[in-house]
Amino acid sequence: MLDMQQVKQRIEKLKKLPGIAPKPIPQLLEENGFSRRDFLKWSASLAATLGLPASFAPVVAEAAEVSDRLPVVWLHLAECTGCSESLLRTDAPTIDNLIFKYINLQYHDTIMAAAGWQAEENYEEALKEFKGRYVLCVEGGVPTKDGGEYLTIGPYAETGLHKLKRSAKDAAAIIAVGTCSSFGGIQAAAPNPTGAVGIHKVLDKQVINVPGCPPSDRNIVGTIVYVILYGQLPAVDNFNRPKWAYGLRIHDLCERRGHFDAGEFVEEFGSEEAMNGFCLYKKGCKGPYTFNNCSRERFNQHTSWPIQAGHGCIGCSEPDFWDAMAPYEEPLANHKFESIEADATADKVGITILTVAGVAIAAHAAISAIKKPKE
Amino acid sequence: MAKRVVIDPITRIEGHLRVEVVLDENNVIKDAYSSATLWRGIEVILKGRDPRDAGFMTQRICGVCTYSHYKAGISAVENALGIEPPLNAKLVRTLLDYALFFHDHIVHFYQLHALDWVDILSALQADPKKASEEAFKYVPKGYNPIATGEDELREVQKRVAEFAKKGDLGPFKNGYWGHPTMKFTPEQNLIALSHYLKTLEIQRIAAQMMAIFGGKNPHPQSLTVGGVTCIMDLQDPARLAEYMTKFQEVADYVNRAYYADIVMAAEAYGNEPSVVMPNNLGNYLTYKTMQTSADSWLFDACGYIKDFDLGKYYEIDESKIEEDVTHSWYKDTGFVHPYNGKTIPEYTGYVDGKSIDGEGKEVEVKVVNPKGKYSWIKSPRYDKTPMEVGPLACMAVNYAKGNEKVRKVVDEFLAQTGLPAKALFTTLGRTAARMLQTKVIADYGLEAFNNLVENLKVDQSTVAPYVIDKNKEYKGRFIGDVPRGMLSHWCRIKDGVIENWQAVVPSTWNAGPADGNGKKGAYESNLIGMKIADPTKPLEVIRNIHSYDPCIACAVHVMDVKGKKLGEFRVDPLYGAC
Repeated sequence: MLDMQQVKQRIEKLKKLPGIAPKPIPQLLEENGFSRRDFLKWSASLAATLGLPASFAPVVAEAAEVSDRLPVVWLHLAECTGCSESLLRTDAPTIDNLIFKYINLQYHDTIMAAAGWQAEENYEEALKEFKGRYVLCVEGGVPTKDGGEYLTIGPYAETGLHKLKRSAKDAAAIIAVGTCSSFGGIQAAAPNPTGAVGIHKVLDKQVINVPGCPPSDRNIVGTIVYVILYGQLPAVDNFNRPKWAYGLRIHDLCERRGHFDAGEFVEEFGSEEAMNGFCLYKKGCKGPYTFNNCSRERFNQHTSWPIQAGHGCIGCSEPDFWDAMAPYEEPLANHKFESIEADATADKVGITILTVAGVAIAAHAAISAIKKPKE
Repeated sequence: MAKRVVIDPITRIEGHLRVEVVLDENNVIKDAYSSATLWRGIEVILKGRDPRDAGFMTQRICGVCTYSHYKAGISAVENALGIEPPLNAKLVRTLLDYALFFHDHIVHFYQLHALDWVDILSALQADPKKASEEAFKYVPKGYNPIATGEDELREVQKRVAEFAKKGDLGPFKNGYWGHPTMKFTPEQNLIALSHYLKTLEIQRIAAQMMAIFGGKNPHPQSLTVGGVTCIMDLQDPARLAEYMTKFQEVADYVNRAYYADIVMAAEAYGNEPSVVMPNNLGNYLTYKTMQTSADSWLFDACGYIKDFDLGKYYEIDESKIEEDVTHSWYKDTGFVHPYNGKTIPEYTGYVDGKSIDGEGKEVEVKVVNPKGKYSWIKSPRYDKTPMEVGPLACMAVNYAKGNEKVRKVVDEFLAQTGLPAKALFTTLGRTAARMLQTKVIADYGLEAFNNLVENLKVDQSTVAPYVIDKNKEYKGRFIGDVPRGMLSHWCRIKDGVIENWQAVVPSTWNAGPADGNGKKGAYESNLIGMKIADPTKPLEVIRNIHSYDPCIACAVHVMDVKGKKLGEFRVDPLYGAC
């Protein structure tokens, strides 16, 4: 349960930490052309995204105000940089960029000015100076086969695996940004030639997974703010995904749900049914098996999302989805699937649940179709 | 006495890249090596899958050129199956391309490349009034500058000053501020810095442009084999207007900021030797892209030029595209065409060596073994010859072919800057060509949009029907220019599933190691002869490498394991209705 008192105590504690800014953030915001009203508006919208009651909005604002105490180190492993690109699109409006900047981003190799030796120096200094206080964000899976030789970083050719373990050691919190660092991602799809895995598999600390290929900027920024807000990791589901973002299935709030219930399905892309916005289940939509807030938040400042653009969900925030959800344009229930990569842990259980869900959903779809009232 | 400088990681790029340069006693580069340090193996993963899934998986090769490999993966399968998507679908794909090029190019210049040119700390010394007036000098005829009013510039200065005062520059820490090859005046730095911040806003609009018909960005999801799925958005006039408006807004910014800042850079950097030193590799290769009607393309050249000669255009012969792995971490095959690419990973790692470090000391590190293998990137060649690909190749070859839109934009730029045509074949020219390509889209892109609207009046089709015959074997390819240059995907389909997949990507052409004949690719060869002011801060090298806009995740996925068991994964593609 949300505990306002606990949150307030946390903020008091943060306020006492030495900040990097010479002035409080509200003053900096004002000096940078952001009114207090803009700021509170942003806070309210973020509180809503986080699924917090409206009474939390002022607390979110307060937490953001002290956020420059939070050093962030962002490590890239085996990835495509899509998650960093997603983060770049964060809006609400430019104030998010400002917040982002004031979280004291110590290392992020896509945007930092320094390269080579200078970049390496920044990395090592951040780990030392902010020992025990930094949040480690990781983008990309970690190759483990053959000692992890499929990725090296730096003049000493350190493996990504080694660098990850070393960086995680003194992190205050670890956030896996995207499906690759959460569950291994595309490079971990069968036959997984590099032995890529989600980072939690090689670390002995809790990791918060923010999956998605890529996750929306709201889910990335929201999770970081949550850590600031509570000084602890958010409540998570079986796969360590924050419940506020991944608590509901895409299907639950889908704009085409009425058509699903009415048994009205798109049978072919480009058809009359497609033009009428019928349900995409029979074209392989994995919304019924996928936990994420896409149907509520959409993407790119609520511009659209795949189902609005007429394509089914491919289940990109689920573990092992590249294997488990394939083929992406066929209903799941048509296929018996078993991934060779799933071991006898939570992943396996999850997949079993999904298979059962797949059958159930298919049954529902079939019954809906029978009930179809006319034509 | 030769000394070596290892630069790893090259930051502000996509992916994991190392560059090593060997300097003589005068700090002139005598040799250079480019080494990709990550391999992901996506082609191996594609084998045995449903061909309809390929585009979604190839898309994950890169999240920066997020749409390129999606379109390429889908199109290669269409080509193999003999599918001709409806015109509406082709034009929508072009609209997504515009959004991609807009986003990718402005973010590359401002967020990834600008810190090689723009000294942020120097901007604090600028006179905002003077800077505001100066900004009018650089815009194209008929335009006013943007985000360079005195009020805005003062605000930018204030913001950065407060930030700098904190004593912790965060992502700007340890940058190359005050480097002797930083040539902008404080006023010019301030103008560019203001645009650095403004671009963070504009790039969101470019991403929204893609999301309108693509569902989201990065990694849009509205293409399917045969066409596009966004039929409802196409039926919605408000959606069309939304796209048009955002297009115009970004296009306006391209002219008022991006174009202007490159003209400004041409003026300030025109005499900096490391920036205007001629390239050593003079061969440029491109392929048509951005279909604007049933039979026209915005960039229509499919061919190459040789030895910097803009006077002679050669048509491409696809059969002459080959890849070699002599110095790549794969078992040797000799030169092979991508349809027949057979590659087995063979990582040999780095060897012990020395490098000048950030302090100027010579330290023990790991270095490439130039006689052996030293990169995960392969070496593509055309007719056994290295080629540069990218916006510079696209502009130069289209110019040589006589593409009127390209000629107009290039000629006007050369006239305004007073640069000779040969100045294009430099680090500065490569950076300018990317902007010029963006400007061609900004100035002429709406043609495709208008043609789409015209076509929608009489034709609503968005997807072509097809069947995949499990008893037939298919092969097909996509070739086309994407933001970093000429991309090709080559596939074979057998028993209804993917039998083989090869992608020959732009950064592979440019960043690959030397081939078996000892010929170097663009990254390595074009660095040779460049003088470095300070080996502890090799900004000249970093700037040059950034001018290609490296995308190393794209470059290193290429793979096909012969005889290797593909695990237990099976798909049972069902092709009828469920």
